[in-house]
Amino acid sequence: MNAAETPLTGIENLGKPALVVGVVSLVLCVLLGLRNSTQFFHSYLLAFVFFVGLSVGSCEVLMIHYLIGGTWGFPLRRPLEAGVRTFYLMAVLLLPILFRLPTIYSWADPAKVHADPVLQYKHFYLNVPFFVVRNVIYFTAWLLLAYFILKWSRLQDETGEPELTHRLQALSAPGLLIFGLTITFACVDWVMSLEPTFFSTIYGMIFMVTEALAGMSLATVAIVLLARRNKFSGLVTPKVLGDYGNLLLTFTMLWAYLSFSQYLIIWAGNLRDEIPWYVVRVEGSWNYVAQVLIVFHFAVPFVLLLMRFVKRRAASLGWLAVGLVVVSFVDIYWLTVPAFEPARPQFHLTDLFAIVGIGGLWLWQFASQLKGRSELPLQDPRLKEILQQV
Amino acid sequence: MKRHPLYGLMAEFNTTDDLLKAAERTYAEGYRRMDAFTPFPVEGLAEAIGFHKTRVPLICLIGGLTGCSGGFFLQWWPNVIGYPLNIGGKPFNSWPAFIPITFELTILCAGIFTVLGMLALNGLPTPYHPVFNAPRFELATRNKFFLCIMARDSKFDAQKTREFLQSLNPREVSDVEA
Repeated sequence: MNAAETPLTGIENLGKPALVVGVVSLVLCVLLGLRNSTQFFHSYLLAFVFFVGLSVGSCEVLMIHYLIGGTWGFPLRRPLEAGVRTFYLMAVLLLPILFRLPTIYSWADPAKVHADPVLQYKHFYLNVPFFVVRNVIYFTAWLLLAYFILKWSRLQDETGEPELTHRLQALSAPGLLIFGLTITFACVDWVMSLEPTFFSTIYGMIFMVTEALAGMSLATVAIVLLARRNKFSGLVTPKVLGDYGNLLLTFTMLWAYLSFSQYLIIWAGNLRDEIPWYVVRVEGSWNYVAQVLIVFHFAVPFVLLLMRFVKRRAASLGWLAVGLVVVSFVDIYWLTVPAFEPARPQFHLTDLFAIVGIGGLWLWQFASQLKGRSELPLQDPRLKEILQQV
Repeated sequence: MKRHPLYGLMAEFNTTDDLLKAAERTYAEGYRRMDAFTPFPVEGLAEAIGFHKTRVPLICLIGGLTGCSGGFFLQWWPNVIGYPLNIGGKPFNSWPAFIPITFELTILCAGIFTVLGMLALNGLPTPYHPVFNAPRFELATRNKFFLCIMARDSKFDAQKTREFLQSLNPREVSDVEA
């Protein structure tokens, strides 16, 4: 159809090893979990929340690009779509959590609810059937969005129908709204309800931004690696790399702004319901984790991303993005794990296996979506316009 | 310094491509003191005439750091040294409470320094500038593109530079009186 459509290269050997490593790690994790199922589910929840965050973040950035356009988004289209594809996998990986809620959440354990008036008060919302219903709603919404985003994009590649771009745009506007709501409720369910007395209205926003940052960072890493082997019609210029750097800078600053806002309000209020959440997280060894977040989730990337020579060079931007994926994980770790280990962070082999396991499966889905796709969505009328000007 | 009767030579071009090529040739020829005038930003033109850096970002950074440290000190000194008060049992140096104002002053000072620094470096407001003596120069705000080689340039020679500019396919080359 179109001779210019060159398929992506350099990812053929990624999918299968990732699948093997992922399955082996998950099996090892389950074997360890036979001895200590509580620890297994803690590790599993941590890894699940982080990787579903990468899927969510990819989808957010992709829909933002469908809405606002711009040269920067077209080379990112394939890696972001690959991130969206992983929603199918994450829906399956949610099931073990749903079947063992009392192991993870105190509000799902009848004995603990019986002993705690706060849990009884919150029981109309925090109960097992309603939790399951809510999770089904989140994933129904996400899977429907993922299905149509991927289907219409592929259809446009095949038929070249320009109308599909408008349809994707029209989907993205309500899509982002739906995302804002579902992510807020989902992170309250999955993570905040681990400590059922704590509440914060800005919490969902913090999650959304840290997930968008993780998704954008991962897509940046992918594009830096892919641009070594693929030409992208010359679109991956220093200017476009600078755009990625600026987006990462925006998400980094927004994360710092939201996180600090939550901290300032709760610290100033110093109320009994809310403050224990922070007392646990900034005392003892958790304090070091909090300091790592301030320095490496905000200060260092903030200063580096202000500098043009850092964000306009593929190698430095790529490494910085790798670092941002890692600190996004540390952020999720700091939000989640103190609920299980208030005294200090401890190393568990199951944490490692759960992350490598779910991560391997995630990467396998990611790679299989990239495989055989053209490097750019050349049938998108907006891209055609840009390529004519170059 | 001796004042040259001539400010420079102005070449007028019809298209951005002509101007860009001319600017690149001029720079390659060894001229350094030149300026280009266009009705809209032209991609790559600043690089072509050898304009790489300004000191505005540095001034902005200095402003930001001044505002940041000043804003923090403004709250830290009275709360800790000058008039320490016990407020809600919180420590005197309650830095989280100082952050919003520190942040605001950082942005404010960086902004003010940037605007004033920009004005100081580019010499605005300038009531008189010789380039407006060039004929048809007002078209630089409409649909023509101008390149001016200044007489201050060490390589400038009224005769040779004029011939050189003529070779760049301009619509017209004219003297700019100082």
